[in-house]
Amino acid sequence: MSVEEDATVREPLDLIRLSIEERIYVKLRSDRELRGKLHAYDQHLNMILGDVEEVITTVEIDDETYEEIVRTSKRKVPFLFVRGDGVILVSPPLRTT
Amino acid sequence: MVLRGFRRFRLFFSYFKDLVGQEVTVELKNDLAITGTLHSVDQYLNIKLENTRVVDQDKYPHMLSVRNCFIRGSVVRYVQLPPDGVDVDLLHDAARREARGG
Repeated sequence: MSVEEDATVREPLDLIRLSIEERIYVKLRSDRELRGKLHAYDQHLNMILGDVEEVITTVEIDDETYEEIVRTSKRKVPFLFVRGDGVILVSPPLRTT
Repeated sequence: MVLRGFRRFRLFFSYFKDLVGQEVTVELKNDLAITGTLHSVDQYLNIKLENTRVVDQDKYPHMLSVRNCFIRGSVVRYVQLPPDGVDVDLLHDAARREARGG
């Protein structure tokens, strides 16, 4: 439609543009992570993600043994707006071999 | 060439305006989650909700009698959206055009 739609990657936000309609990994503040399909974003890193899984990580310290107990809780949301001020990083999904 | 600047910085504002009247769940940074009908939104993505009910009523009883509220945009963490609210292809096109820092 628009002639101005530029395919060149000039700045970091352009890298995110390459991931539209792809699945991405987002690290948020408060030890949260999201994996979902990127539908839209803006310069604040506000985003809309589809088919999202959120993982929240908490670390408890046992009073006696002082060992760290790492727990994660997950939930799925079909369609989610994420406010950009909570975003730390955006990346293609990490692959575990 | 004026068109180039026309839609800048307003993608999500326009998106939420199109969503007025639909049910959403707003999750705040303090973990409170509120479900309600989207009444209005502004350029800061401040949100007004109607017919609100708190998601975990037993955990957050202090809002039981609140039915309408104004939420400052900066305290929002997520907004859970209806999946069929808006055409995703339009979103993709708009996002590809937007977000040029300048």
